Amino acid sequence: MKKQAKFVAIIAAIVVTLAWMGVSGVKESATYYVTLEELMAMDNPGSKRIRVGGDVADGSIVRSSKNVEFTLHQEDESMAAAQVLEVVYTGEDPLPDTFRDKAQALCDGFLRADGKFEATKIQAKCASKYEAEPGADAAPVYGAEASSPTD
Amino acid sequence: MENLGYLAVLLAFILSAYAVLAALGGKLRRNPFLELSAQRAVLAAWLMTTAASAILLHAILTDNFSFNYVASRSNASLDLLYKVAAWWGGQEGSLLFWSWIAATYSFVAVYTGRVRHRNLIPYVVMVMAGTQAFFLGLVAFEANPFQVIMSGPQITAVPDGQGLNPLLQHPMMAIHPPMLYLGYVGFTVPFAFALASLITRQPGERWIHTTRVWTMVTWLFQSIGILLGARWAYVVLGWGGYWGWDPVENASLLPWITGTAFLHSVMMQEKKGMMKVWNIVLISATFFLCIFGTMMTRGGLVSSVHAFAQSEIGGYFVWYLIIGIGITAYFIASRRQYLRSEAELESVVSRESSFLFNNVILLASCFAVLWGTLFPVMSEYFTGNKITVGAPFFNKVNVPIALFLLFLTGVGPLFAWRRTSLESLRRNFQWPALVAVLCGVALVAAGMRHFYATVCFSLCAFVTLTVLMEFYRGGRVIQRKFEMSLPSALVELTWRNTRRYGGYLVHMAIVLMFVGFAGAAFNIVHQQEMAVGDSIEVGGYEFKLQNVSEMDSPNYFRAVAAIDVTKNGEFLETMAPERRLYHASRQPTSRVDVRNRLGGDVYLVYAGQSSDGANPIVQVYINPLVNWIWIGSFLLVLGTLVALIPSKRAHRAERVRPAQLKEQPIAASGD
Repeated sequence: MKKQAKFVAIIAAIVVTLAWMGVSGVKESATYYVTLEELMAMDNPGSKRIRVGGDVADGSIVRSSKNVEFTLHQEDESMAAAQVLEVVYTGEDPLPDTFRDKAQALCDGFLRADGKFEATKIQAKCASKYEAEPGADAAPVYGAEASSPTD
Repeated sequence: MENLGYLAVLLAFILSAYAVLAALGGKLRRNPFLELSAQRAVLAAWLMTTAASAILLHAILTDNFSFNYVASRSNASLDLLYKVAAWWGGQEGSLLFWSWIAATYSFVAVYTGRVRHRNLIPYVVMVMAGTQAFFLGLVAFEANPFQVIMSGPQITAVPDGQGLNPLLQHPMMAIHPPMLYLGYVGFTVPFAFALASLITRQPGERWIHTTRVWTMVTWLFQSIGILLGARWAYVVLGWGGYWGWDPVENASLLPWITGTAFLHSVMMQEKKGMMKVWNIVLISATFFLCIFGTMMTRGGLVSSVHAFAQSEIGGYFVWYLIIGIGITAYFIASRRQYLRSEAELESVVSRESSFLFNNVILLASCFAVLWGTLFPVMSEYFTGNKITVGAPFFNKVNVPIALFLLFLTGVGPLFAWRRTSLESLRRNFQWPALVAVLCGVALVAAGMRHFYATVCFSLCAFVTLTVLMEFYRGGRVIQRKFEMSLPSALVELTWRNTRRYGGYLVHMAIVLMFVGFAGAAFNIVHQQEMAVGDSIEVGGYEFKLQNVSEMDSPNYFRAVAAIDVTKNGEFLETMAPERRLYHASRQPTSRVDVRNRLGGDVYLVYAGQSSDGANPIVQVYINPLVNWIWIGSFLLVLGTLVALIPSKRAHRAERVRPAQLKEQPIAASGD
């Protein structure tokens, strides 16, 4: 029995240590992944690390020497008033190639007190370049895409 | 053609489903004719999937842009290699590819094992053909690669396709998915045999012998697949790293972890008859994690940089998993007696316990990775907030786990079975421990302040020494006995127990990779906007931008920055990171230039244009030890191949054994 107790103790020690590291790891890197709409509805968003997704508004990108500012909006016809968020990119890395007007962008950062979103990291994806919309009939979607002006 | 292709898929699906039913019927009614018929159906299903694949491949290679799949994955000017890669470059094609590999595995497993494992084969057929039928069903009803482009009632072809995702247009990417698939799908075979043995209550530990080679081959493919993916990420994605804890990477790592645990813990069962339930659970978990991984990749469960479709097939996977896990759990529970352990753990310092800890820790790692990957899904389900965790979480948990594993890699193989005497501990570990401590002290004295990296290097020194001592001692014995030179004695030694010494080589490979991982502590990154003529100094190297040239080709437009690299005033080479704009997809990408040297990589990225568009932004990475990861990869492959060669002793024993005795339990012939 003493032997078994030893094994149990060692395994318990391992598991507890790892669980503790896991919990602190979660605290360090937990990021709230929200849509624009959800961000607007969040209580006390200023205190959280946030990743917000939306579309880059056409023609809104303004590049200056220090940072890049643009507007995110949510493309949803059902909404009367479009959700908009002004984003200031302050990160070090050059913006991804895919980041341009109308692209889908994911911005990591936090909401400043002045209501602007300060992003330190941005990922972007050309809107449905490689995949047809889920559930949609592939052929017409493809045809529409092929004839769309290249951006 | 599209109709023939689809027909082949449908037939393959029906044949696979029939194989399952025929095998089941054959067993229930003790009808050998039905069992044979099931085997034949497996062969026929393989032929049909092969035909379907050939038709799709033919369409891709002949630029048949009336196929929707071809039009969206390929284009006329694509290189031949990447046209072939377009087969698995998208959702529909990759599912067909998956099915084809599954069918090939079933066919090979059934036809190589049908004599030796006659009573297992019907169950093996049920598991394998069942899985295959599932994937073929997805191809047939949810993700048909043979869809054509229609305008009204007419089939039309577009003039050119949209092209393969440019990021995938890299030789590494052409082999990475097939390797990973061979790994993913391959775990079906050991799982099928394990389940078949469990159901038929095979005497002894025969299923482990049967599946050992399959497990190792599959594990090897999985390892190569993961490492190629890492290498691809390194040379293509342009962030200087090789592993980002992306959900899809994690998905491939999960079965690898449990597979590794299985390869270790089966030794406990072979030698001591212990951990039987555990082993069945491990191989089943590995298989289901493979399916789960495929679901994550294909079903759009978690968002990932791997831009696969957000599709509706996730639900089918959930059902498949629930049913599969349910059946497996039922058989494990109903055959508890058969799985009873024959021995008990005796001492904390023993081979048994080192295997136990190895397994506990690997499982912990697997759980942590799974937890982190599913965190967004679960947090959304339970709290309504979608919360993601990133690299800090994964590293925080997995780095200490990895270091502990590295430690076990050193001590485990040298612990004796049952218990280890103090004397043997002293004899085996005196020198390695001393060297490890000295190594750590020297690193700290040299100014190293990174705790984990220091520990890692010390442990690497420790494990290296234990492995070398093992080879040396064994080699000396043989050298004296047969009076041969030490090198040939080492070859003889390895050949006599390929599994053990091949295993040591793999352990050594892991050590080399850990040197590379920990070497990240020395990495330097620098980013700067450079005008032509500018020069910068990073990590002792000087970089001067000579010019930027622009070129056009049918497939892409490119801009190349020519950068002269000098070190200590000595000119090394002109490096040429470039940016490409692919015409077909209109997607720009960076093409990094890496100077691979043992002493350290210089890694240049043409990262983008400055805000005013005038000058290139250049990123410089100096990664001094990263190459040890790739060197370790080669050793890992070599070590696994060595372990796959039959040992000399066992080889001889097999030849003298009369053929008709092969059905007898051979569990005693350990190696």
